[in-house]
Amino acid sequence: MNVIYVLWLREIKRYLRSRAQIIGSLAQPLLYLLVLGFGFGAVFQQAGQGSYLQFVAPGVIAMGVLFTSIFSGIGLLWDRQFGFLKETLVAPVPRLQIMAGRTLGGATIALIQGSLVLVVCMLVGFRPENWAAVPIALMFMALIAVVFAALGTAIGSTLKDMQGFQLIMNFLIMPIFFLSGALFPLSNLPTALTVATRLDPLAYGVDGLRGAFIGISTMGFGVDISVLAVLSALFLVLGAWAFSRIQL
Amino acid sequence: MIEAQGLSKVFGDPKSDKAVRAVDDVSFTVKGGEIFAFLGPNGAGKTTTIQMLTTLLRPTSGTVRIDGLDPGEKPLEVRKRFGIVFQDPSLDGELTAYENMELHGVLYHVPRKVRAERIELLLKLFELWDRRDSLVKTFSGGMRRRLEISRGLLHTPKILFLDEPTLGLDPQSRNQLWTHVKHLNTTEGVTVFLTTHYMDEAEKAAQRVAIIDHGRIVAQGTADELKQQTGADSLEGAFLKLTGTTIRDERSSAADAMRQMAKMWQGGRR
Repeated sequence: MNVIYVLWLREIKRYLRSRAQIIGSLAQPLLYLLVLGFGFGAVFQQAGQGSYLQFVAPGVIAMGVLFTSIFSGIGLLWDRQFGFLKETLVAPVPRLQIMAGRTLGGATIALIQGSLVLVVCMLVGFRPENWAAVPIALMFMALIAVVFAALGTAIGSTLKDMQGFQLIMNFLIMPIFFLSGALFPLSNLPTALTVATRLDPLAYGVDGLRGAFIGISTMGFGVDISVLAVLSALFLVLGAWAFSRIQL
Repeated sequence: MIEAQGLSKVFGDPKSDKAVRAVDDVSFTVKGGEIFAFLGPNGAGKTTTIQMLTTLLRPTSGTVRIDGLDPGEKPLEVRKRFGIVFQDPSLDGELTAYENMELHGVLYHVPRKVRAERIELLLKLFELWDRRDSLVKTFSGGMRRRLEISRGLLHTPKILFLDEPTLGLDPQSRNQLWTHVKHLNTTEGVTVFLTTHYMDEAEKAAQRVAIIDHGRIVAQGTADELKQQTGADSLEGAFLKLTGTTIRDERSSAADAMRQMAKMWQGGRR
């Protein structure tokens, strides 16, 4: 338990010490929020869908959680490059504990980052419709964080150098974000796009967040929670397996 | 304390002619409390041997015993018994010196009270105590090396592996480092297995020396025995007589590239 805790704490400390990075990673969500939120606002309103800012804010929060958690997992690459990974791999502890500590640490900072984005959203004018549902929203943020931190660990364990990173970014992370319905409603889409969005894990997270914050859910809480919980378990196993196979 | 019998490591398919025999039928014994130097040109198989001794790599054939235990069967037990300083750095630069030590202590299950005492003792010994709360990324090369060695000793290992610990250090830091290592060898009785390219260091620090070339041990004994055997007047002379004067860099990088290829095509199997 101690081992998991101390590796979790390491992730938190590293996060809190990189202030510039925290501020920097708030810039992107803010850009989406302001430019898209106000840019599409008028069109969205005319289409009878209400405020686009209210609609897109949960998506932007999900984006913050997605990026932070998946990058923290891929951060394994840095540990490999700077050598710290060896220190943990040669220690007399099961790799599963090392992986668990790292991944939970990554998930925790993603949750913190997501909360910061929520605060930023509220500064810009976003208001949750039902304050009692905020804990549910936090739970969804935590689920998204675990799913993608574990996926990030799995990816980070298999990548050998930074060259693969760009590939992952363009062919995995960006599609996950764009297909999640963070920016547009999931109803009345062409069939192909509907199928693609249903295959995207983040879609269930965004749907859950939107349900909690503004009461609009396409798939329903039950489906959202079940899918995310199953995927968390699946990706944790996948991540642990990939991590256990790391060779120096 | 360390026993290797007929140890071999082949990268790639052993049957194909592309296979690289990085370590070939190596046998040696290091007694408890001894300082043992493992010397050889670049790409001779030193690091591969250390990786097999320290559970990081599985031998293709041969046996290893660390304090009587097989690293393949009881990796966690074996890992508790040694400390290692890798050829390249393995500290977390975003943490302080103390935090790096603390984390290591937890990973090696050192009880909290012992941990605090031992960290203080070692950081003072290696003259890092005043800088304990500085981030490691602000440290010089010599300070990082010292911190890595004190970290490797935190869990009072029976064996300390040092893989080229003085690489890139100035003479002052090197001198100081060996003084500390020898001091710990006498006071705590820790067995030291080291590799280095500086023959004078090996001659001064180690009681016994083995020279490895092309994956095979070409000579072993005390520095004096090797000098007598080759008729050289220094260990460096003996080393050059035994391993020749050709430069090995190209050879080793080709072998490294091959190892990489072998790893890729084997899908990361051992």
